[in-house]
Amino acid sequence: MRAKNRSLRRNWGTYLALVPMIITVFCVYLGSVLWSFRVSLSSSRTFPSGDFVGAAQYVKLFANDRWQVSMQNLAIFGVLFISICLVLGFLLAVFLDQRIRCEGIFRTIFLYPYAMSFVATGLVWQWMLNPALGIQQTIRVLGFTGFTFDWIVTQDMAIYTVVLASVWQASGLAMALILAGLRGIDEEIWKATRIDGIPRWRVYLSIVIPMIGPSIATVCVLLSVSVVKVYDAVVSMTQGGPGTATEVPAKFIMDYLFGRANIGLASAGSTVLLLLVLAFLLPWIFLRQKAVRKESK
Amino acid sequence: MVSIKKIAAVVFFGCAAMSAQAAGTKAEVIHWWTSGGESAAIKELANAYNAAGGEWVDSAVAGGEQARSTAINRMVGNNAPTAAQFNTSKQFFDLIEGDMLNNVDDVAAKGNWDTVLPTPIINTIKYKGHYFAVPVNIHNPAWIWYSKAAFAKAGVTSEPKTMDELFAALDKVKAAGLVPLALGGQAWQEKMMFDAIFAYVGGADLFLKVYRDRDVNAINTPEFKKVLTTFKRLHDYVDAGSPGRDWNVATGMLISGKAGVQIMGDWAKGEFLAANQTAGKEFGCFAGFGPKAPYVVAGDVFIMPKSSNPEVIKAQQLLATVMVAPATQVAFNNKKGSIPIRTDVDASKMDICAQQGIAAMKDKSRQLPTSTMLVPTDVEGAMQDVVTNFWNKGQSVEEAAKALAAALKK
Repeated sequence: MRAKNRSLRRNWGTYLALVPMIITVFCVYLGSVLWSFRVSLSSSRTFPSGDFVGAAQYVKLFANDRWQVSMQNLAIFGVLFISICLVLGFLLAVFLDQRIRCEGIFRTIFLYPYAMSFVATGLVWQWMLNPALGIQQTIRVLGFTGFTFDWIVTQDMAIYTVVLASVWQASGLAMALILAGLRGIDEEIWKATRIDGIPRWRVYLSIVIPMIGPSIATVCVLLSVSVVKVYDAVVSMTQGGPGTATEVPAKFIMDYLFGRANIGLASAGSTVLLLLVLAFLLPWIFLRQKAVRKESK
Repeated sequence: MVSIKKIAAVVFFGCAAMSAQAAGTKAEVIHWWTSGGESAAIKELANAYNAAGGEWVDSAVAGGEQARSTAINRMVGNNAPTAAQFNTSKQFFDLIEGDMLNNVDDVAAKGNWDTVLPTPIINTIKYKGHYFAVPVNIHNPAWIWYSKAAFAKAGVTSEPKTMDELFAALDKVKAAGLVPLALGGQAWQEKMMFDAIFAYVGGADLFLKVYRDRDVNAINTPEFKKVLTTFKRLHDYVDAGSPGRDWNVATGMLISGKAGVQIMGDWAKGEFLAANQTAGKEFGCFAGFGPKAPYVVAGDVFIMPKSSNPEVIKAQQLLATVMVAPATQVAFNNKKGSIPIRTDVDASKMDICAQQGIAAMKDKSRQLPTSTMLVPTDVEGAMQDVVTNFWNKGQSVEEAAKALAAALKK
């Protein structure tokens, strides 16, 4: 206790410097969260109103077909996106970790999609996938007239094109973080396994992956957060269509917030979305702290 | 210290003097007309306002939604513009109810709006006897455009006069290997096409019963089912690349003669004009079938945020007066592609589509308000979801009718 007091006194400058940030966090972030939660309990339309309607907006929200489709899509997208990104990112990282030549160039190529705005690349994906002018058309012109690749205009398949493009964008990020983890592995371990004659794949699977656990956890959290807030990919590629086949919660909220002038329903949606984010983040924070406590012991 | 005080004083009085000088009839106007043709059009309004002794301060915000939320946010934040653009619809109804707008009754009385303006517009902007918005144009979102080149190639010799003739023409265009119906497969475009078919096939009465009265029984009539069937029948005539396409790309397909027909608002005319095509020569236009077809009325208005400052009110009144003046109306709408809000204007300078529109507007029985004038914005959105699902999924007419009834009830 006394030690803590002393460190507080010694670091008062640091805390002072943090004050603006703390005020921002409490007033702006937390304040906005509470405010939108309050709005979600009212019958607000264009403007926030002060009445209280209980959980009516939430009932309406979960009865809404489009919200249901959005949540379903979020689940499909989330599972596929995170798992494919992890696998691809890991394989790419392992590939780069083989001390290959021109590693810098490959690293840049793999990471580049992440550096570009999805609004632009999403549009390119949209054109590429469009059956009338993209890949399908090109291959048909080449003579394979029976070739069909029209996922983006097919109800049941459109969401997978969004997964495809998002994986293309984010697997580079997974690669970079996992590669950093791989580089942190002690060379001695590799030497030891070589002496023992353990096959490489086995080393990766049984020794390396458990060792880079924290990197993988970080990748998972980053990817999960981008799953929950996925918006630009859908807007630039399909605008939620065909029909409502690729709607996602973030787009639902934006539409009701502005275009459809129903901020009560939109706030209810964003509260649900926030709870989802917390559901992803809290276990991670908990595990991190447990790990830190273990280390400090 | 003295010098700082002096500077502060100079700055303060300087600002005060500047604002006093400009405050005369300075009007800051928020709008979303940023494309080439649109900004040329809004310039006509600005010029007219400046000529009348005002000072127009242009506040363009790209995108309708963004512009409207900017205006609303600024009004809530006590930094309201002098005027802001909205669509002639329920979009600003909450603003009226929230007592956030100045009325323009004086201008309306002087300009005799009660007799000059079309009824659907009056019903949208007049609330409890007060006028709360200044209409500037009439857009009909339900025009049917066709490429004369595509029709000629397919052997369609005359303009379709009925829905059946339209389908016959589409069949011929399809047989000729062209895209019969150029549709941008985005939810709002599908909804707009649905409303056009609704108005032309279902008729004005049914349209009003569903949208204005929100009468669920009307949805279960055979007439309404016929609307749904006809709409869905059009799906056979779009190409595979339709989903997600922008409306102007679809218009481009008509311009290049690759597609036959597009159902789209009269802003599509701007695309034809930009490609140096003339109405009646390279492309044709008709708004419905026969001389009694409903003419769907939509458009834009400017609302005047609440203020008790006499200078602001003066500016708002002047804006309102200038915007509805016949000369401004013709100059503005010629560039905008829409038609004037009043029929007592010189139509000779307008193209044949606009002339058709003005002629149709003269018959009051043909005027039909668009759906957004009749239902709240979120209900309209829910209906849009239903229509786009019906169009894109293998839904039956019964399922769609049921979903529409549920959306209307909300």
